[in-house]
Amino acid sequence: MSAPDKTRIRFYQTGSFAVGGRLLDPEQRSVQAEGERTNAITCGHRACQGCGEALGARYALDAAVRAAQGRVIAANATGCLEVFSTPYPETSWQIPWVHSLFGNAPAVATGIAAALKAKGREDVRVIGQGGDGGTVDIGFGCLSGMFERGDDVLYLCYDNEGYMNTGVQRSGATPPAARTATTQAVGAEPGNVFGQGKSAPLIAMAHEIPYVATATVAELRDLEQKVEAAMELHGPRYIHVFVPCPLGWGSASSDTIRLARLAKETGIFPVFEARDGVVSGVSKIRRRLPVEEYLRPQRRFAHLFGDPGRPDVVARIQAGADRNIARFGLLEDEGEGR
Amino acid sequence: MEKPFAITLDVGSSLANKTGSWRDERPVYVHRLPPCNDACPAGENIQGWLYEAEAGNYEAAWRVLVRDNPMPAVMGRVCYHPCETACNRTHLDEAVGINAVERFLGDEAIKQGWRVEPEAEPSGKRVLVVGAGPSGLSAAYHLALRGHAVTIREAGPMTGGMMRFGIPRYRLPREVLDAEIRRILDLGVELELESKVENIETAMREGGFDAAFLAVGAHLGKRAYIPAGEAAHILDAVSLLRSMEGEERPLLGRRVVVYGGGNTAIDAARTAKRLGAEEAIIVYRRTRAQMPAHEFEVEEAEDEGVLMRWLSTIKQADEGRLVLEKMELDETGFPQPTGETEELEADSVVLALGQEADLSLLEGVEGLVVEDGVVQVGPDMQTGHRGIFAGGDMVPAERTVTVAIGHGKLAAKNIDGWLRGVPWEHPPRPDVVTFDQLNVWYYADADRTVAPQLDAVRRTSTFDEVQLGLDETNALFEARRCLSCGNCFGCDNCYGVCPDNAVMKVDEADGYKFDLDYCKGCGICAKECPCGAIIMEPEQI
Repeated sequence: MSAPDKTRIRFYQTGSFAVGGRLLDPEQRSVQAEGERTNAITCGHRACQGCGEALGARYALDAAVRAAQGRVIAANATGCLEVFSTPYPETSWQIPWVHSLFGNAPAVATGIAAALKAKGREDVRVIGQGGDGGTVDIGFGCLSGMFERGDDVLYLCYDNEGYMNTGVQRSGATPPAARTATTQAVGAEPGNVFGQGKSAPLIAMAHEIPYVATATVAELRDLEQKVEAAMELHGPRYIHVFVPCPLGWGSASSDTIRLARLAKETGIFPVFEARDGVVSGVSKIRRRLPVEEYLRPQRRFAHLFGDPGRPDVVARIQAGADRNIARFGLLEDEGEGR
Repeated sequence: MEKPFAITLDVGSSLANKTGSWRDERPVYVHRLPPCNDACPAGENIQGWLYEAEAGNYEAAWRVLVRDNPMPAVMGRVCYHPCETACNRTHLDEAVGINAVERFLGDEAIKQGWRVEPEAEPSGKRVLVVGAGPSGLSAAYHLALRGHAVTIREAGPMTGGMMRFGIPRYRLPREVLDAEIRRILDLGVELELESKVENIETAMREGGFDAAFLAVGAHLGKRAYIPAGEAAHILDAVSLLRSMEGEERPLLGRRVVVYGGGNTAIDAARTAKRLGAEEAIIVYRRTRAQMPAHEFEVEEAEDEGVLMRWLSTIKQADEGRLVLEKMELDETGFPQPTGETEELEADSVVLALGQEADLSLLEGVEGLVVEDGVVQVGPDMQTGHRGIFAGGDMVPAERTVTVAIGHGKLAAKNIDGWLRGVPWEHPPRPDVVTFDQLNVWYYADADRTVAPQLDAVRRTSTFDEVQLGLDETNALFEARRCLSCGNCFGCDNCYGVCPDNAVMKVDEADGYKFDLDYCKGCGICAKECPCGAIIMEPEQI
């Protein structure tokens, strides 16, 4: 029997949008609403104020730990998440956790899974995780190998669209026109170049692995549901979580969730899931907004506004969002919902 | 030592790192004033009782409600609900049906026989309340709750004042009114009917009263001079509505003209329809937009076939016919006569031109000031004469049942303070929550559950209630549409969205608490709080 769908609760004030609610049955609340949630990353970590990655990792791991009844081991790539959680001798991790190198987290996870298999431990589940640098760029060969060999690992990528830990350099997940330390907002084509970079979720789908999904920190219930769905399956699984970075994006620390919501509502970041390489569900846009709403609060896009600004570049970004909307069918059908 | 699963090394925990020291702003839970509460003339804690109703705790909800207003079932029928006009949900879809939920709670209380008991020990003080209308009853209720001995003297033969003699049955069934008045009297309030107070000072001295609250209402219909033939049938709306409570139904004829544009004019015209008039025509000298009557009442009257003549005055009345003069608005918006006339058949004319108070009982009272036909009172509802307070239609204010009930409560608090020698002070009023202070993303879309209306034909032919109530499922649904503006409703958002796990759950009553050892002051909790119940305050650095 599968769990009840917590993303479509009706007949209540905040329905399925808020974390929990005093009037909801416990099984209708999110894992994060539980007083006794795992808090896989505990207090005192050194992530910046309003860190989307700290939040996204706790959301995802707490759901995974619950799905596995507490039996989870995580292998972590180098990156913000690793650095801010484990300055020696402190650790924020309340689950078994290991860090080796920047590029080998999927391979380390594969090794743990192989060891567990050799020991006959079917109850323990393995997670690999890293930021977009460690996943999309540096660890990509190991990740692809983990996928194609069919290793029993859930890999979580927390995508904040750049190398934030080392000083905000461009990664293969940095969006076009964004200013980073290595893509300055100068010249005719300011910021990151259009047409570069890649979509790790779509490449993961090309491996025809059992489960691929995207999610954001703005849709907790959707994210938890996807982690639970992934934990019900075996073999290689991949979830790509969109996690705004106030430091690297030049946004207000309080805007982290709002920006993730805007990324989805503008079509900038499509939220979907795919089984065996085929898209099986998308999270529809609730109130469609122009990309400008998403771009304006971020200083990494400040060069697009101002006077005279670059409406032509904004239009190209809008065209990309429109393409996502058409490609994934992100709008509600006419006459359905609102 | 027993170590957790798969842990082999002793390590330090990041709990040693108190990240609260990074903070330059701290989140604070606040209670702000919801716009509904702000707008309520009776000072109800609407958000507070909806909070209980949302959970299906109807008795608890009712108890929060009657802390301020002893007559929810009446309110739920006759209040013009300024709360709904102010409701922040109007910016989202439609206002919460507060009035309908209030009526549901009021009816439920009558059905279940919920009662209230005095909250204070007997004070030994005696208060005279003059008039058993909404204001007098409200004052009596609040004074009795505070332990004072209350006597109501009512000049008329029945309680209720304008609720009985001014509001038609189809809007307020009498068994509802009687049940709520009974509950007030059951607090030990003494009632003397047909006991007109001729002089307030004499009455207080002879009765040994320590204070008095005057709420005699405004029952005298204003007359206008209309040249009229002898056989013209002219009566005033107050008398018409009052006579509906007697045995004899007034005879109005086939075509009835009502002169005036207020709620009383609407009530009179709808009553005429129900009494069998084929045509009820409202004649008003200004335009519809300028009518003081509430829009929904005008709409309901129109649905029932009441006709309207805008920009017209009655110039002459004779048997069976009227001469109307057309008016036009001048540049300042005042109606001016045009000299153009027309005739209108009418068997009777009902004047609904406003009411005046009978203030004869105040003659010779020192310090008391009457201006424009109403008694002047201070913000504490006290007249110029110490110990004599007044409220309702006889003081300057909007003349509605809800305002009257609010006056009664406010006066009772001040009388209580005066009697105890500790003046009552209005608690500080927090800022009203505006729509932009909410994060409405989190609220689910929902349409208002409209209370089903009686078929228009049936409505005009009987005195049954027009607005049917909500049943339990839709009342609950309606209550749950409340955005809970400015007051935590336990959605767990702050607890969930903190990247530093620095929000702790206490329990349902006490909500959440910030762990300032670790809170970095990012402000996500405040921004993602749906109802605006968290603010960020600068740290003293």
